[in-house]
Amino acid sequence: MWAYVIRRVLAIIPVMATVAVVVFLILHLNPDDPAAIIAGDDASTAHIENIRRQLGLDRPVYVQFFDWVLRLIGGDLGASIFLDRPVLQLILERVEPTLALAISTTIFSVCLALPLGVLAAWKAGTWIDQTIMALAVLAFSFPVFLIGYGLVQGLALELDLLPVQGFVSLSEDPVEFLAHLVMPTIALGLVYTALLARMTRSTVLEILNEDYIRTARAKGLANGRVLIIHALKNAAVPIVTTIGVGIALLIGGVVVTESVFAIPGIGRLTIDAVLHRDYPVIQGVILTVSGFYVLINLVIDLTYTVLDPRIRY
Amino acid sequence: MIRKQFGLAGLARSALVAAGVLAAAATAPAAAETTLKVVVHADLKILDPVWTTAFISNRHGLLIYDTLFGLNSKLEPKPQMVDTYTVSDDKLVYTFTLRPGLKFHDGKPVTSADVIASWQRWGKRDPMGQRLGSFTSSLEAVDDKTFRLTLKERYGLVLDTLGKSTGNLFIMPERVAKTDHMQQIKEYVGSGPFIFEQSEWRPGNKVVYRKNPDYVPRSDATDAMAGAKIAKVDRVEWLYIPDHNTSLSALQSGEIDYFEAPPLDFIPILERNRRIKVIDIEPLGRQGILRPNFLYPPFNHPKARQALLYMVKQEDYMRAVVGNPKLYKKFCGAIFLCGSSNETAIGSEPLATQDFEKAKQLMKEAGYNGEKIVVLQPTDRAQYNAMTMVTIQNLRKAGLNVDVQAMDWGTVLSRRANKGNPYESGYHLFHTTHGGPNTANPVSNTWFNSRCERANPGWACDMELDKLVEDWSRETDPAKQKALIDKIQARAYETVPYVPIGQYTQPVAVRSNIEGVLVTNVPVYWNIEKK
Repeated sequence: MWAYVIRRVLAIIPVMATVAVVVFLILHLNPDDPAAIIAGDDASTAHIENIRRQLGLDRPVYVQFFDWVLRLIGGDLGASIFLDRPVLQLILERVEPTLALAISTTIFSVCLALPLGVLAAWKAGTWIDQTIMALAVLAFSFPVFLIGYGLVQGLALELDLLPVQGFVSLSEDPVEFLAHLVMPTIALGLVYTALLARMTRSTVLEILNEDYIRTARAKGLANGRVLIIHALKNAAVPIVTTIGVGIALLIGGVVVTESVFAIPGIGRLTIDAVLHRDYPVIQGVILTVSGFYVLINLVIDLTYTVLDPRIRY
Repeated sequence: MIRKQFGLAGLARSALVAAGVLAAAATAPAAAETTLKVVVHADLKILDPVWTTAFISNRHGLLIYDTLFGLNSKLEPKPQMVDTYTVSDDKLVYTFTLRPGLKFHDGKPVTSADVIASWQRWGKRDPMGQRLGSFTSSLEAVDDKTFRLTLKERYGLVLDTLGKSTGNLFIMPERVAKTDHMQQIKEYVGSGPFIFEQSEWRPGNKVVYRKNPDYVPRSDATDAMAGAKIAKVDRVEWLYIPDHNTSLSALQSGEIDYFEAPPLDFIPILERNRRIKVIDIEPLGRQGILRPNFLYPPFNHPKARQALLYMVKQEDYMRAVVGNPKLYKKFCGAIFLCGSSNETAIGSEPLATQDFEKAKQLMKEAGYNGEKIVVLQPTDRAQYNAMTMVTIQNLRKAGLNVDVQAMDWGTVLSRRANKGNPYESGYHLFHTTHGGPNTANPVSNTWFNSRCERANPGWACDMELDKLVEDWSRETDPAKQKALIDKIQARAYETVPYVPIGQYTQPVAVRSNIEGVLVTNVPVYWNIEKK
């Protein structure tokens, strides 16, 4: 088991190295010029050239690459071209909002999707099943930004119940922290809830047709016990996989939600860096998120051994 | 917190507050701190307003630094940090004395040495500062509060240069201003009406400024950027909300007080809301421009550039870009803006009459033979995108073979600075905007600068035009200056450094309890009260 964990952790190195090379080349082989952006709208050509020279962007790409790799080996993700701040610091400043949103969305979705999915499977073919699945299709069909604007209009502007935008740190004010998370969580969580509910329904439905479930029912076990102890527990592996991958996707994919609700998280940092061609930040965020993906996958794999004792590494 | 007490957080907060009321009852409440929350047009990334020309950095500078002179509502330079000044009879020697009581945010007094160091650094970066530098013989301290500028020859724009409203000469402590002009400063200490709270700065989210309690405003009345700068709120918070719909909702709900650049199609919605005021702070407005690339055919030929004038109908552009006729001029042929002291209609006849046949003829005379014309289209900038769409249509109507290259604004900025072949890495045409007093002045109008390699992207090249601008800048007689402006504009419509495609204003939107917003062409936050 531990040998497996160590092997998997070591496997992060080639993955990250590949990501690093690919990202660097994609960014630096296009003709974009951060110096032209940093210089401002009214800058003269001489001004732009001065900045390009000063930032070292006039050096050959391979020189910039080796410079970056050497820093990376030393654990330094570099500094933002625009802000002159360490990339790691920028990422750490943005972790709390994104992580809070990912966790609240996951809790919201799991709490809603699992019961709905199990219920739909249990009542398969009935109006309950059809209603739940129809709602799931509806949740899939609405873009996140549309749900977001709808919530803002209803809950913030009409009813004045929640703030329109922004983020408040948990340490600063726990009540405001929660209030600022409600609408983004619903907006982002509905799609994820729909996915998870459908996944849960199909997995539980498959399990409910297994021989051992028929046997359990034949022995006279109560429906609830059959569903929770026998069906849901055995359906846990694919469901946990979906939840785990979902968390990873949420970390890297909250750009729209963070933009609509003006949440200063990793998603906003990334899109802002891309729009400004802030190469070190883009590289740093992608490397960090890819490392997070690998770790999440490792955690999911290890969770299997707890959920299903037959799985051993 | 603006939300009503029955809000989710409001209920919880009320319970907590109620629990604490008895304990706090014995303590007298401190006066409530007033905070002005502003959604700004861009994220503040660069804190050195001398190092970059980014507008947002300039506005940061206006809050924390002070300037020697400021423009009043008539665009006349008036002393700001300067108390008194004298000009010698031959107009070669300017002697300035600083106001008493000026202090930096670290408590140290502002001295002549600070001014000279700031001036020298700024003079190496700012185009108008550079031009003043080329006329300067010496700049020296007379004593701690007095300094002297000696010119090599007469220059008519000394005070205008020191008082201009963007690209300002911001006064920094000498130790900061000694930073190499190619490097960014690392310390942000000014002597202006607000203090930058660096510990609260969250790039991509929030910038905080605190009222400077030691600031001594001028005793004369506030008049645009001149007169008393009085901070009437305790804090100014700049919020960066990239989504305009969210900003609009935040203004409607009262979470923000001031929306700096609402999209122009939001204006009717904002005007209908009784709790919101729409204020035009740009008496001069801004000008949309179509910029040709002088380096490559066909626009290296003046006739091709003149052809562009015949393709343009300003009202079409303004309808597409602005929509609301209250916010734009139907036609303005003045390159230096209608409403400015340099307004003239001379030479603008080709721009006043759309004539595609004439445009076709001029393109032919310029040697155009159906080659592709590369147009940069920034799809993520609504105003620029709309301008580009009208231009594409006009170019096609004039029989040009248009190659539209759609991209984000960041790519446009990179691409437009590239001198490469239009079919590889360069371009033929792009749009941008500029405005305010800097546009109204032939020297500070950076897109008008026709100094070839030293010009802005597009590299307008006409040294004869530059010579006329130089003559104008030396002139101190208003009548002669006016005659020179006519000559400059007539020449400009022959060589066409850019095509003005219309003049319009970008209002700000504020909550109805906000008073004292100044009409200054650029947003400033002193004099504003939250009632």
